[in-house]
Amino acid sequence: MSDRTIRISVTVNQQRREVEVEPCETLLEMLRGRLDLTGTKKCCGEGECGACTVIMDGRAVNSCIVLAAEADGSEVLTIEGLAAEGRPNSLQQAFLDSGAVQCGFCTPGMIMAAHYLLLNNPHPTEEEIREGLSGNLCRCTGYGKIVEAVQAAAESAAEPASKNRR
Amino acid sequence: MKQGIVGSSINRVGGLARVLGTQMYVADVKLPNMLHAKLVHLDCAHARVRSIDCREALKVEGVRAVLSAADLPRPIPRFGPTYQDRPILAEETTLFHGEPVAIVAAESEHAAEVAASRVKVDYQELPAICMVTQALDPSAELVQDPAIRGQGPFKNTNILDEWSFGWGDVENCRADTVIENTYTFPIVTQFAIEPFTFLAEPTADGITVYSAIQIPYGLQRILAAVLNLPLSRVRIIAPDPGGAFGGKQHPKLEPLLAYFALRLGRPLRLELTLAESFQQARRAAAEVRVRSGFNSDGTLVFQDIESNYLIGAYADIAARVVSKASYVAAGPYRVPNVRILARALLSHTPPSTAFRGFGAPQENWAVESQLDAAAKKLRLDRVDIRRKNLPGPGEVFMPHDPPADGDWAECLEKAAEAVGWGQPLPEGRGRGIAMGLKAGPTTAASYTIVRLHLDGSATLYSGTSDMGQGARTVFSQIVAEELGVALEQIAVVMGDTSVVPFDLQTSASRSTVVMGNAIIKACGDIKRQMAELAAECYGVAVDRIRVAPGMVHLPEGDHSFVEVLQDRFGRVKGEVIGVGSARNEYVKEHPLGGPPAFYEVVAIAAEVEVDRETGETEILKLIVAGDVGRAINPQAVSMQDEGAAVQGLGHSLMEQYILDAAGRIRNLGALDYRIPTTKDVPRELRSIHIENADGPGPYGAKGVAEGGILATAPAIGGAVEEAIGVRIRDLPLTPERIWTALNRPPLPD
Repeated sequence: MSDRTIRISVTVNQQRREVEVEPCETLLEMLRGRLDLTGTKKCCGEGECGACTVIMDGRAVNSCIVLAAEADGSEVLTIEGLAAEGRPNSLQQAFLDSGAVQCGFCTPGMIMAAHYLLLNNPHPTEEEIREGLSGNLCRCTGYGKIVEAVQAAAESAAEPASKNRR
Repeated sequence: MKQGIVGSSINRVGGLARVLGTQMYVADVKLPNMLHAKLVHLDCAHARVRSIDCREALKVEGVRAVLSAADLPRPIPRFGPTYQDRPILAEETTLFHGEPVAIVAAESEHAAEVAASRVKVDYQELPAICMVTQALDPSAELVQDPAIRGQGPFKNTNILDEWSFGWGDVENCRADTVIENTYTFPIVTQFAIEPFTFLAEPTADGITVYSAIQIPYGLQRILAAVLNLPLSRVRIIAPDPGGAFGGKQHPKLEPLLAYFALRLGRPLRLELTLAESFQQARRAAAEVRVRSGFNSDGTLVFQDIESNYLIGAYADIAARVVSKASYVAAGPYRVPNVRILARALLSHTPPSTAFRGFGAPQENWAVESQLDAAAKKLRLDRVDIRRKNLPGPGEVFMPHDPPADGDWAECLEKAAEAVGWGQPLPEGRGRGIAMGLKAGPTTAASYTIVRLHLDGSATLYSGTSDMGQGARTVFSQIVAEELGVALEQIAVVMGDTSVVPFDLQTSASRSTVVMGNAIIKACGDIKRQMAELAAECYGVAVDRIRVAPGMVHLPEGDHSFVEVLQDRFGRVKGEVIGVGSARNEYVKEHPLGGPPAFYEVVAIAAEVEVDRETGETEILKLIVAGDVGRAINPQAVSMQDEGAAVQGLGHSLMEQYILDAAGRIRNLGALDYRIPTTKDVPRELRSIHIENADGPGPYGAKGVAEGGILATAPAIGGAVEEAIGVRIRDLPLTPERIWTALNRPPLPD
């Protein structure tokens, strides 16, 4: 509840948006509430579970502890921006094929964290994957198949010929 | 025709929307003109509320109303799945940390939050009962007012109910050696990544409530009773839960929200924080004392088990948890003499509810640890002592119940082999192995509809909740197998009581078996009708027609389903509707109200390494070998086993509510309540399926969703003991506990 809102300009999934936000509003609230990008999920609200992970200016962030106002002038990538024309990218496909998706509530954040990991380290070791995803909680899978999915995605990117392999 | 759909690891149905971020969860639902609600609760457990002052809250811009007990009819409506003991708002006294005393409605979530913080509650904090010993003390204050307790023998105690089971004669049997220990299991929480969100929308003649509830028809029943509406006027929309694990089985705040929304005449949305969600659902803590008698060759002579479960301030489903788990507490073994006494103890803690394993992990922790203790004392191998006592397939092991319905020794052998049992271990490492048993569903009622459309595609309607276990996937596979419809042409509709037929509940790993059997019948109904249609259409006697998946065989040739439908219905069009149901009736004479439809049995093996300097345990291997009957989707079975095993790893090593003496939970939220991360789970996490097609479900399947959690703790406990030489009997096995155990002389067994 503030007397004034702040007008920010933010590029979300390559689309420039002008948004009026509250000073105390988080990036997560803005994405879900004002832009209807509900693929990004809210769980802990304190930056511990990773369900709300998005990429902001090339960095993976917990959008529940970033103020919307801080995103002024930034580029944000959410789960909705990963797929091309509704078709899953190779990482998303790998999550499906490896059985890394159960209830799916952690999945968008997990995929964004994995996306960030692979952007910065296209050929991670298993240890590096476990480290890279350690800030994202999942209660369904036990993580084994998530790690496999990221390995598979990294491999499929390394071998373009096998990209369409299911 | 599709062949081999059953038994194949097709990808999760509904997975695509989940990876794209387009899956609609309850928190994603927005209703026009909706208000936002926020709970008012106190920072203590047990308190007498003297007054509630809403004046400042009502001044907040955008606030529309505040509801407290003063605004409710007396007696305040109470509800619950078995006992109607939980008030929709606390009636002058709060009984647990987080129990709401008021609720605010405002135009924005933020305004509701600000206003809730400005509701002034004048209250007096009272002493709390939050330990088993306190609850058992006959001089203790009563948690529940006897006036709401009905007429049972325990109404003037903190014992909600008590059960005695058993057979043989524990008092007068002779054993070579007797071992007695007490084991404790902490309060842990389901921690679904999706916190609770509810919406209630008044309609012209009733109400629609949105909740990620596992049992939409159970919620409908309770709301109809609280609101005094016919079932037909209460519509439940239950989007697929973002994880549930039993925590979303029974109603929590839906009755309050629905009541308030009707008063306001506007849609109302309540989203709980994760911390608040922890105050709505958790597992019962337990203290289990076991006296076990063995002969010197390791043969079990008796089990004498006393289990005290610390349930919460209201019953929820806890009585059923305690009775159902304790009934099979002696485990999957041949035990000639068994005596079981179990109690559900009320306390000033959040109501305990269903949680994967439904009380069995508490019992298995104790009883399996006793087998290890016996092996140690009798100098027997821990696998051998279990093998010696396991019944063979078809052997009766509980005198009045179904015999062993699988090859349980095979589970044990496979798990032992996979973990490298008997191979040399480096210093600081240990292995453990344990069996787990849980009784499957006793009563059941599942109804389903399958529509075969003109183009040969099919729509299935089911009241099952797909909370991640993959019910949509398995059901699609069954329809594909039975009707020969391609998977891409099957739609599965769930989660709306105005659309799907009745289902008793999604619980007890039942859906593949019970709903699966109903789906088989619905598909059979379609095939029967296809024969009739073909008979009419082609002028052939029905008894000369044979129907196979997707195909009708006539003496003069074959017709596909699509040909038959189009030839018969022509330009007027139509479709074939198959219905099916599966029921297991209530059996009055059976202590559980019916024999279990199957047993969920696993062997779990672990290898660990313990750092003696810090007390930290690293799990290197975790193996689940489950007797699954038939894996309709092997990958889905592995997904359940692995997830359950890691959830078990959580309560084994790190998870517990920390209460202060007044019953305040000191570690609400993800920061202070740790669950396993990618760095806590073993590199080797494996699921082995024992498949003998001996289950009661489709193609010989059994339920599989809970096995992996049943005996993780005793397997890890045994492994830690081998690594450090000390048995710890209190969970979780935190570094502090292990370090302390290492730095004091071990107690004799």
